[in-house]
Amino acid sequence: MEPIIRVQDVSKSYWRDSFEIPVLNNISFEVPSGEFLALMGPSGSGKTTLLNLIAGIDRPDRGTINVAGTDIVALNESRLASWRATHVGFIFQFYNLIPVLTAYENVELPLLLTSLSKRERREHVETALTVVGLKDRMRHYPKQLSGGQEQRVAIARAITTDPTLLVADEPTGDLDKHSADEILTLLERLNLEFKKTIVMVTHDPRAAEKAHIIRHLDKGELQQN
Amino acid sequence: MKIPLKYTIRNLGTRRLTTGITVLGIALVVFVFSAVLMMAYGVQKTLIATGSDENVLVARKAANGEISSIIDRQTANVILTLPHIAKTPEGKPISSGEPVVIINLNKLTGGLSNVTVRGVSQQVFTLRPHVKLKEGRMFNWGSRELITGVAIEKRFAGSKIGEVVRFAGDNWTIVGLFDAGGSGFDSEMWGDADQLLDAFNRSAYSTITFRLDQPEVFQEFKAAFDKEPRLQQFEPKIERRYFEEQSELMAGFISILGIFITVIFSAGSTIGAMITMYAAVANRTVEVGTLRALGFRRRSVLAAFLTESLLLSLIGGLIGLFFASFLQFFTISTLNFGSFSELAFSFALSPTIVSSSLLFALLMGLLGGFLPSVRAARLNIVNALRSS
Ligand SMILES: Nc1ncnc2c1ncn2[C@@H]1O[C@H](COP(=O)(O)OP(=O)(O)OP(=O)(O)O)[C@@H](O)[C@H]1O
Ligand SMILES: [Mg+2]
Repeated sequence: MEPIIRVQDVSKSYWRDSFEIPVLNNISFEVPSGEFLALMGPSGSGKTTLLNLIAGIDRPDRGTINVAGTDIVALNESRLASWRATHVGFIFQFYNLIPVLTAYENVELPLLLTSLSKRERREHVETALTVVGLKDRMRHYPKQLSGGQEQRVAIARAITTDPTLLVADEPTGDLDKHSADEILTLLERLNLEFKKTIVMVTHDPRAAEKAHIIRHLDKGELQQN
Repeated sequence: MKIPLKYTIRNLGTRRLTTGITVLGIALVVFVFSAVLMMAYGVQKTLIATGSDENVLVARKAANGEISSIIDRQTANVILTLPHIAKTPEGKPISSGEPVVIINLNKLTGGLSNVTVRGVSQQVFTLRPHVKLKEGRMFNWGSRELITGVAIEKRFAGSKIGEVVRFAGDNWTIVGLFDAGGSGFDSEMWGDADQLLDAFNRSAYSTITFRLDQPEVFQEFKAAFDKEPRLQQFEPKIERRYFEEQSELMAGFISILGIFITVIFSAGSTIGAMITMYAAVANRTVEVGTLRALGFRRRSVLAAFLTESLLLSLIGGLIGLFFASFLQFFTISTLNFGSFSELAFSFALSPTIVSSSLLFALLMGLLGGFLPSVRAARLNIVNALRSS
């Protein structure tokens, strides 16, 4: 199948004071469309950095990144922002819901960047909340929800625009086993049933099990599997 | 696309204490700001109400006020021969040649202050129909009697009907109380012009005021006036315009001093708003990173935080203005630098004062919120998200 993500010769370092911290070292890999990929590796190995590059919120020092046919390294900042709005759904370890907005409003947020009417937005939000099983909680604020429920709302927010790609950074890292299982099952379902391409960073081998491909990152290099 | 307004509004509601204190600071400054403008406008309104559009007042060109103007009787007679001066059915000009002097009286609150005593001529009530005798009687022409304005009676000792005021080496009995409808005349005492001239051993009026036979003929009248060689040192003005100009010095002084002080105060509340907004940005760094990751632009973030700061200051402005508006029920009295005598006036609110007070509040919000909002907008997405 046609790769939806193509990362070529990507390097990235951070600078702290005048020290260069090399994080990614000449990385190349591809993810076929509709895949569920898990990125594993020790702490500080550059997993988050690589995920951020693919998701278009960070830029490589060298190399090209092509996602769904777009060379995202070449996009300027505002084009990249609208590209993210249409193509990427974000799932964070700490959910990152907006505390002053209800579940409904949180899920609606990315839809405000589209040209959908209020009614269409309502349909999208309700569909997404139904998929994650929280339609009855849509008037609740994040602090009225459990961690697992918050993460499900966050997933609803990630899928409501029907993006090409879902990126998840330790989506179960802050959850108990039961809630973590629910989230993983949900991600699996999004992959199988809704054909979403998912790239997930995780430390948890049980989480990685749900993925079809597992890649290991170590000291900025991608291990051959 | 914009970050929804409810995000901004609800965030204001989350930090109640800091928001409350900041709003209060701005409210206080706006209160003082609008109070000062209301005071200046009150002075202006009072003095403008003193003059009429239908009357003309002549004063010496070089004089800053009525007190320093001198018009001798011959000149006054020349003026009254000019065309377009309204006459009574008996053919007398509707005019009043007026000596204006200042006397010292004790304030009820303690201390001496200056009071204007105006000598008036017989046509004065025809000339100024808004002045009405309220209690007692009119003074008798040819005797040393006075009638007193309501604002004077309220504030000065010995100014009630039946009491006696001493000046120019003589006793003047107060026989009546008049109401000039909240105008500057309320802060005066009136007596017979000839008696006043006699007592002060003067022969010249300060000003002369008269009515025109039609209100539209002023320019025509002025042309005739200016052509008269004996009147070159004098200038006719519409009476209302004259008193309006008289108010400018005092109103300008109050406004400038007041604005100067409030602008200094406002630095404090602007810094307060800035601290509040910096704290808001610091508390919501991850949120900003998230919004940016979702695809909201830098300028949307900038707009959201600026709106928050503007909203904060607008609320403060509205509160300050709300309390200031109650000042309209207060009348105060102070020395008017234009006439060197006591003037009673009420605080007065105008649409201009409302809008300039709110603009002033918004300006504090804009200045205080600008740098924090720029910081929020410039956050690097990855760093912002890592700060969780
Ligand atoms: N914005 C940054 N500025 C400076 N250094 C950074 C920045 N982001 C990451 N790093 C450094 O780059 C390295 C890789 O970071 P990254 O977050 O990608 O690792 P990770 O594999 O996700 O680790 P973890 O499992 O702990 O999340 C680390 O040494 C980190 O300290
Ligand atoms: Mg990480």
